[in-house]
Amino acid sequence: MADLLRFEDVSVVFENDVRALDKVSFTVREGETRIILGAAGSGKTVLLKTAMGLVRPTSGRLFLFDEDVTDEPEAELFDIRSRIGMLFQESALFDSMTVAQNVAYPLLNQKAIQKQMPREKMEQAVRDSLRFVELEHTMDKYPSELSGGMRRRVAIARAVVTKPPLLLYDSPTAGLDPITAHTIMALIVKERDVDNTTALVVTHRYQDGNLVANFRYNPDSGRLDPVGQKGNTTAFMVLKEGRLIFEGNQTELEASSDPYISKFVKRPEREAA
Amino acid sequence: MLDFLKAPIQAVQEFYDLTGRALRNVLRHPHYLDDIKLQMDIIGVGSIPIVLLTGFFSGAVMALQMGRALQQYGQTGRVGTVVSIILVRELGPVLTSVMVAGRNSSGIASELGSMKVTEQIDAMRALGTDPVQKLVTPRMVATALMLPCLTVIDDFVGMVGGWIIAISIYGLPSRQYWSTTWHALVWNDVTQGLLKPFIFSFAVSLIGCFYGLRTSGGTQGVGRATTQAVVTASVTIFLLDFFLSKIFVSGGGGT
Repeated sequence: MADLLRFEDVSVVFENDVRALDKVSFTVREGETRIILGAAGSGKTVLLKTAMGLVRPTSGRLFLFDEDVTDEPEAELFDIRSRIGMLFQESALFDSMTVAQNVAYPLLNQKAIQKQMPREKMEQAVRDSLRFVELEHTMDKYPSELSGGMRRRVAIARAVVTKPPLLLYDSPTAGLDPITAHTIMALIVKERDVDNTTALVVTHRYQDGNLVANFRYNPDSGRLDPVGQKGNTTAFMVLKEGRLIFEGNQTELEASSDPYISKFVKRPEREAA
Repeated sequence: MLDFLKAPIQAVQEFYDLTGRALRNVLRHPHYLDDIKLQMDIIGVGSIPIVLLTGFFSGAVMALQMGRALQQYGQTGRVGTVVSIILVRELGPVLTSVMVAGRNSSGIASELGSMKVTEQIDAMRALGTDPVQKLVTPRMVATALMLPCLTVIDDFVGMVGGWIIAISIYGLPSRQYWSTTWHALVWNDVTQGLLKPFIFSFAVSLIGCFYGLRTSGGTQGVGRATTQAVVTASVTIFLLDFFLSKIFVSGGGGT
């Protein structure tokens, strides 16, 4: 299986000498789901933005779809970015556009997509994508008229409308109530199982990772069914102050004796609070 | 000492970089014509009321003050000449640009600043658009096209303000006022009067965009960016005005 994303000793240092990422190395293979756990300020968002090429590594190399993009100029990155969908922490919907225009934005602005999809098919793609997140009725509304959970769902629709093979989710459940958070995580599992996408999910809630690792979308019932460890493609990573301190599967994570890691794993309710 | 200087020098460098990219994008594909039209409406049409008000009253006040001064020399009939020259060469361009800076540099900085802190700028880059191409260039082009037009309106309305004072307070015949106003102007005045707002427009739009795009620190940062944009744009307009006037006065001195 091909490597979709590879970090090789990537460090990101900001102007004020803050070391957001410190020699981070890992590889994400096709079909894998990575759950990235870490406290606030541990570098989770920077890691996703670096993977997307929005933040440039200070040192180290970044590979996307087996291509070294570390020194690629911004204009050249647009093509490769069209193969990645990203959900931003605050949804980042464009306030001045309607829901439908927001979802259509990547279709209308990504050259690589325009070549593949004729304009008349775009409207259907927008509709399908909004139906996927069950928000087809909000097409003509503005983001300010939607609730936080609905905005997050529209942002998911926008991220998946181009059917990208790699998806990056930045704290999809942050600031949401438990019921809405579960809806969002269920959508992420559904997207993974319906379109067979590779995903990186940043979160500070262990139960989000647990859901992704142990449940599968059942297209017949439309619900999530539990699955065993067999064929499990979910891996966990833990970030602490910009360093990658753990990489492995759920069993290894739960067995870890590191006090920082066990805080996430054993007492998720405290972290959620 | 070096660290103290580093930040402002870096800011200037970043500003020139942004200016260069915005200017290069004018010729590059894709062109966001809808955004340019929208910004022309917001910046141009939206600013007409304040331009009408400031233009009218600045012209009226100038006629009032100058008329009194000219009265001492028995030259009240020259009110139109003074109003016309000062408005077209100086007050029209500067006043219009400062008003538009107060209205639009702040608006641009707060809009782009809010987009920055809510990750919309990053989202734009992630979804295949260059924020400079999509946000900065349309605002720059729209301001460059609209500010000279607004200045012409301001100049004319100012002359009307002066005319009302000239006929009502100093009892000048309308015909005399308008004929002195018209004859006072030479090509150099008109060129200067249109070139100044064109050049100031880049300060108005680009400084707003620059502070907006480098906003950090949440909503507080947006407020800070807005204030900085208005202050810097206004000061830059006066600074540029001094140098441009110097060039035109020395250049026009021979004619």
